Amino acid sequence: MSESGSTSVLTKTLAGAGTDTGPGGPGGGRVRRSLDGAVTPLRGLAGLAGLVVLLEVLPHTPLVSADYLPPASEMAEALWHLLAEAAFWTALGDTLTGWGLGLAIAVVTGVVAGIVIGSVPVLRAVTSSTIEFLRPIPSVALIPVAVLLYGTDLRSKLLLVVYASFWQVLVQVLAGMQDVDPVADDTARSYQLGVRGRVRYVMWPTALPYVMTGLRLAATVALVLTITAELVIGAPGLGNQVAVAQTSGAVPRVYALVLVTGLLGVAINLVARAVERRVLHWHQSIRREG
Amino acid sequence: MIRTTVLTAARRVLLVLGMPAVLFAVWWFATADSTDFYVPPLATILQKFGEVWTVERLLSDVVPSLIRLVAGYLLAVVVGVGLGLVVGMSRVVRDVLEPVLELFRAIPPPVLVPVIMLFAGIGDTMKVIVIVSGCMWPILLNTVEGVRAGDEVLSDTCRSYGITGVARLRHLVLRSASPQIVTGMRQALSIAIILMVISEMFAAINGLGFTIVQFQRSFAIPEMWSGVLLLGLLGFALSLLFRFAENRVLAWYHGLRRAQRNP
Repeated sequence: MSESGSTSVLTKTLAGAGTDTGPGGPGGGRVRRSLDGAVTPLRGLAGLAGLVVLLEVLPHTPLVSADYLPPASEMAEALWHLLAEAAFWTALGDTLTGWGLGLAIAVVTGVVAGIVIGSVPVLRAVTSSTIEFLRPIPSVALIPVAVLLYGTDLRSKLLLVVYASFWQVLVQVLAGMQDVDPVADDTARSYQLGVRGRVRYVMWPTALPYVMTGLRLAATVALVLTITAELVIGAPGLGNQVAVAQTSGAVPRVYALVLVTGLLGVAINLVARAVERRVLHWHQSIRREG
Repeated sequence: MIRTTVLTAARRVLLVLGMPAVLFAVWWFATADSTDFYVPPLATILQKFGEVWTVERLLSDVVPSLIRLVAGYLLAVVVGVGLGLVVGMSRVVRDVLEPVLELFRAIPPPVLVPVIMLFAGIGDTMKVIVIVSGCMWPILLNTVEGVRAGDEVLSDTCRSYGITGVARLRHLVLRSASPQIVTGMRQALSIAIILMVISEMFAAINGLGFTIVQFQRSFAIPEMWSGVLLLGLLGFALSLLFRFAENRVLAWYHGLRRAQRNP
């Protein structure tokens, strides 16, 4: 197997581990791609416009009642009112605080634990069964525990978020540490690099693409669990706003809030991907796309 | 010879069971004389586990949950893979729908529970729809990605041999996309469990999530902990089952990867 072969396997692994960053994209020379570059966004805009039209027209037909699915114009109006409310911005702030703090804790602990466990073979062997057992435990199982211990406090949100996203990061870091080239590691040893040097110059660069994949996955999972905690436990935030709007029968408001959470998710995805591209600008998988 | 095999086997058993045993022992002894109302001794929890989760209870609460989970999950797989094939095979469709799909995928699935309750009430239908609406996105988008990244040489070969229609779909498109589809299905499984529990916490008359919340609200703490344990075991069992199925279905792919890694 040649050098390029193993590269494609690595990119495949990364793509497989992540959600949907495909390996490059087949075919299409540079010229074709730049032509498509002009058409693709237009088609995408047409798709979004189609969705809005569909949402506006559907409630006027007998297919769906406007009580359940208000026309797009009403949703837009509700969104407009929402943006003028101070309570909405506070809720958005609460959600972002829970998300950011939880994600930060999960990433730092996940990376540290991953590097320690991954660089000591004995530790890896001893902990692997425990990790495999704890990881699939659904974090929502902790909801009743969180309610009892912390109530609607920020801490109950953090418990769920950290538990769910920690494993995403840890598993990716461990996979990355396993991917370390033995020849590079042996070379570093022959040059008398200590543990710190090997972690810094051999393991970290190898694991970094995996860390980024873990970060991207964890960012999404953290948002889902933040909103869940707010919705089910009643911790302050966007999820709680949805629950309140639903019980008070403000249907357009529910849709407006759902749209906001969706846009928040899109924004988080975009930022995570931009960070990944920046941090990994030297890596083959990114260079090939450019 | 035999001695070394026995020793290796013993070592493996120790490695697999060692740490869980230690953690279990720590939990057992740390809570042994716990007087904290919220953190009862593990012995009490385990005793309650046997009392609470009787066969009747399992039939009336766990089985309905599992049926809804399986129904929603399978439906999501069918819809996700089906739509994914359509979107993935046509460049125009993909360009038009991509932003819309990205938006839908980014909506955290739990907020859809109140919306779907508007349409479908609070019955089984609502819970199945909730699970489908949350699970289908990772499957759909991974299918699209898998179809898109298919090998061009294989595709050309199929064309020269005149393999078209269903045969092409089955032997080329689905086959080459299957590793990606399985990745999507794995992500979808954990979302499915989350949504199963949440939809039952919102409104239900039976189910695992419902029962656990009932225990919590009536301050039946050891019973609640036993439910949390059961939910954890369920998540673990489902992921084992998934891995077993994946190893069978994707045996060819894992073999190929190994061959590529160690030439």
